[in-house]
Amino acid sequence: MLKFTAIMLDGLNYSAWLFLVAVGLTLIYGVMRILNIAHGAFYAIGAYVCASTLGLYYGAGLPEALAFLAMGLVALIAGVVLGLAVERGVLRFLYGKDEVLMVLVTYALFLILGDAVKLIWGVESYFVYQPYAYFGFVEIGGLPYQVYDLLMVVLAVVLGVALWFWLERSRMGRMTTAVVADREISAAMGINVKRIFATTFAIGTFFAVVGGAVTAPKIAVTPGIGVEVIILAFAVVVIGGLGSIPGAAIGAVFAGYARALSVHLAPEFELFAIYAVMAAVLAVRPHGLFAKVSGRKI
Amino acid sequence: MKKIATLACVSTLALTGAAMAQDSIKIGVPVFLSGAAAGPFGEPEKNAAELMFDALNAGEVPAPYNSMGIGGRMIDATFIDEASDAVVEYRNLVERTGVEAVIGYTSSGNCKSVAPVAEELETFTIFVDCGTPQVFEDVVTEPKFLFRTGPTATPDAVGAARYLRDSGYDLSRVAGINQNYAWGQDNWRDFTGALDALGTESKYVSNQMPQLGAGQYGAEVSALLTSSPNVVYNSFWGGDLEAFVLQAAPRGLFARSAVLMTCGEALFPAVGKNIPEGAIVSARGPFSVFAPENDLSTWFAAAYEERFGEYPTYPAWKMAQAVLGAKAAYAKAGEGATAADAAAAMTGLEFEAPSGIVKMANANGHQAIQGIGFGTVTQVDGKPTVENVKFYEAECVSPPADMRAEDWIASGFEGAVCE
Repeated sequence: MLKFTAIMLDGLNYSAWLFLVAVGLTLIYGVMRILNIAHGAFYAIGAYVCASTLGLYYGAGLPEALAFLAMGLVALIAGVVLGLAVERGVLRFLYGKDEVLMVLVTYALFLILGDAVKLIWGVESYFVYQPYAYFGFVEIGGLPYQVYDLLMVVLAVVLGVALWFWLERSRMGRMTTAVVADREISAAMGINVKRIFATTFAIGTFFAVVGGAVTAPKIAVTPGIGVEVIILAFAVVVIGGLGSIPGAAIGAVFAGYARALSVHLAPEFELFAIYAVMAAVLAVRPHGLFAKVSGRKI
Repeated sequence: MKKIATLACVSTLALTGAAMAQDSIKIGVPVFLSGAAAGPFGEPEKNAAELMFDALNAGEVPAPYNSMGIGGRMIDATFIDEASDAVVEYRNLVERTGVEAVIGYTSSGNCKSVAPVAEELETFTIFVDCGTPQVFEDVVTEPKFLFRTGPTATPDAVGAARYLRDSGYDLSRVAGINQNYAWGQDNWRDFTGALDALGTESKYVSNQMPQLGAGQYGAEVSALLTSSPNVVYNSFWGGDLEAFVLQAAPRGLFARSAVLMTCGEALFPAVGKNIPEGAIVSARGPFSVFAPENDLSTWFAAAYEERFGEYPTYPAWKMAQAVLGAKAAYAKAGEGATAADAAAAMTGLEFEAPSGIVKMANANGHQAIQGIGFGTVTQVDGKPTVENVKFYEAECVSPPADMRAEDWIASGFEGAVCE
């Protein structure tokens, strides 16, 4: 029973984290058709910005409880500024180019931003462990579990619902959905496609930055932390179907529970558990679980 | 006239450059300059290399290393990032940069990749910190140019098993969490083998093998907690170890089980105050807080602390040891020695280091053996240090020259000399 509880909690926790780091990637691809490899760098920058800001925050002796507010605020600002800077500064000049070229461009951005991180923060590790320890742990079925990890699940659900609400219920979201369906007709109908692209990229970047910011208190924030993340995020969105928000959620759950099950039941398979699920899904549905197969336009 | 003057200038500069090139020894130093290992390993190793090169060039290292440079030549170092394609970058160092010797490498994976290339290119190469015994047991079995001045992982695992038994820990339920590649796999194999050989009759209740660089260990910590071990063996290093401590300590793993971290001392500067008291650590040899007191260790610790503002962790000590090993080899080879002469001289060499006497006793004289200390962490004025220290000599925790580590452990430590 204890093992079952652990698998359920660990799967849920890892799924939430995977969703946070993958949903921005799938949103950007769905709307802009850009396979954004720089997403991993955005995640890393989120972690660094959070670690630096909270380091200063705690150093100034400010109230610990409000650190979470500072974390959210910093992630919001960093995500929007970084997203808009990259979209306005680089990507807008390349719209309409081949998708493969965009992959190369974002890969170049990933490398440049990785070096920028080293230039700004150096190669020393940064630590901001206080938020992770702040709420302590609760015992669930005899298993001590950090409250912070449970709050991360809540955050993923809240942000996921907010994104869904924005896409389905807001005027801007509806226009974004229209652009996904057909950008030329959307533009002909008077939708400002460039604005939609800028907004989408900023939101996608925000999710990556949030992912990094909430992970920072659990890890050593060091150069290169974005590499592993981008691989996992790709696995998740490929399972769910590139460009699908519900797909990212389901993909995260599949991947999260695959890992939790392997860690608890067959640790030697943990290394490739997620990729085994991805391979199995692609064998049955080559476009992922939720991807809509569309005819190619001539 | 102007043309002749210019030609003369150019010729003079070229001759001066050639003379300088002859007077220097080019050494390549691969260390982690990026990635999760850069902070806890790459940085102290680079710092130590720079300190040692500068001090040797100035003739400031205590005797017997108080002559200038290496082999009478000034050291000209080229640092490269180990977090890259190790083989490609090694070839670049040797074939393009033209280094005469290479001193570096932390990752066991990189050491396994580079080892055969070092022999192929006949380049005097000293591995600093990687620990997998496979380097000389499987990959390069008849080395000529390749050396490792730090001990393998075997003393870590055997020393850990002996320390736990000798200190009276309950070893009935044992778990492990090690990275899933040569280093972690060798560690777990040797540790469990050593416990079996010591007759502890331990039950291995969990064997976690997360990916190198995974960073998230929530599920692994849950698996360790649910399997209720008395002892957890951990050979993590770098950012993985730091993340593990940050995630496992608040969930009470250290309170429920005795957690032994073979690379734990490297945590001290960064997250030392987060290590719960009672955790067992080593420095993978007689380094840092486990180092003996001698002129070299006193000088090295003080010089490092003065220059970099913190006490050197064990990766820095091992780098200093490797550099002094190279110096000792060139000195033994004599004036005008080439890299091949130095390699021949280093085979079976015994040399002084801040960690004491280093014996190149195994792998036909290419692999160092050294003792290892373990102790429990205690926090003094918010800074971690160790107590309850036990030290095991090299001959107690290392296989004899003619035996593989695995076979030696399975034999019940045949020929081991323990006090």
